[in-house]
Amino acid sequence: MGMSGPAPQSDAFEALAMPLFDQLYNFAHWLTQNREEAEDLVQETYTKALKGFCSFQLGTNFRAWMYRILRNTFLTSRSGLAATSTVPLDTEVDGPVLAVENQTPEAILMQLSSSQLLQDAISALPVHFREILLLCEVEEMSYQEIAETLSIPMGTVMSRLARARKTLRDRLRPQFQKG
Amino acid sequence: MVCDSWKAKLDTYLDGELPEQELRAFDAHVRGCAPCAADALARVQIKRAIQVAGKRFTPSAEFRKKVQQSVAPTPQRRLHPGWIFTSALALVFVAAALTLTYWDTESGRDQLIRNQVYSEIADLHVDSLASSSPVDVVSADRHTVKPWFQGKIPFAFDLPELQNTGFTLLGGRMAYLDQAPGAHLIYDVRKHHISVFVFQERLLPAGLGENSFLPMSLAFRMETWSQNGLRYFVIGDTGVSDIESLAKLFKGN
Repeated sequence: MGMSGPAPQSDAFEALAMPLFDQLYNFAHWLTQNREEAEDLVQETYTKALKGFCSFQLGTNFRAWMYRILRNTFLTSRSGLAATSTVPLDTEVDGPVLAVENQTPEAILMQLSSSQLLQDAISALPVHFREILLLCEVEEMSYQEIAETLSIPMGTVMSRLARARKTLRDRLRPQFQKG
Repeated sequence: MVCDSWKAKLDTYLDGELPEQELRAFDAHVRGCAPCAADALARVQIKRAIQVAGKRFTPSAEFRKKVQQSVAPTPQRRLHPGWIFTSALALVFVAAALTLTYWDTESGRDQLIRNQVYSEIADLHVDSLASSSPVDVVSADRHTVKPWFQGKIPFAFDLPELQNTGFTLLGGRMAYLDQAPGAHLIYDVRKHHISVFVFQERLLPAGLGENSFLPMSLAFRMETWSQNGLRYFVIGDTGVSDIESLAKLFKGN
């Protein structure tokens, strides 16, 4: 008979989940844009994940599983519903966006030393763009992991990511031109 | 312009997501093309800038401690060997009693999971009835409601033709069950609302039943079945025949 039981399971969960704590909190704060709501979201994520840990299949992607719980919890929260209901989803087609920008982003990057400006621009992105950009650039998730986390097809990951990057560049460009 | 096709894939290349063969061709091109090399360098620097700017928020030590305590296993008391023996004996009796109870039918755990899922489905249905805006896509046209789910859920499903059936499609919304995204459709029949939920079977707990009709408490009735890798739930407070009829329409797709 196996050694399953509440204590060993909780041990395993703690060992897997706590190393993700800082990253999950950072992601939660970017989603909610508020410290207290981020704390509530992270606390609820850990509670739900511990409760559902028996359904997690060992050997599959635990990080994507935790992020999925956090994101789904956010989407059903008051601030999540407000964020998604006020921002219309873009019409997405599978596959990468093939539009080519004639302007290279060199001019932009020269001034990216202003981290505050960049943080403000990321904060101002619609939540669907913000989350995918952070999962790719900050969490360094592969497209496959992002697809699992957001429960969307790979083609949608590529097209949404391309749109997120383009929107960020477009929003930064006038700021720098002012400067 | 020759470089346009390369530039369109530049971000995918820098994310390390190009297939091996394309990656080698891209490497060769970037080495020989100054504008593309400059663009690649610029985008790498933007990626790094976002990575730095994105690591912005740090949890407080108190909050970390609070969460850590909530997930840490409860410390177990050391028991006297005599108590351990007595407890073990008691456990054997309890286990034997439970085994006898469930052996011929099904395991208690499966039953527990099933009840939990059915209860969540009932909650989702009640939640939509109580909401001032029960649907996010409002349309009686299945060709409008079905496309609304594209890109929001990782699967496709068909909606039945309702002409002369007495059912009217009111619309749809997203639903989450056991962290799995799915479709929630709401139908009207003689001023009663019936919810139809569709989820990916593989993401839900096993053993939900192949085709089961469940008289539930609180006057709800539900039918659930699995079809083409999808799990359907039809739930409402109407008569059994309405639930069965709507389920039959979906099964016929």
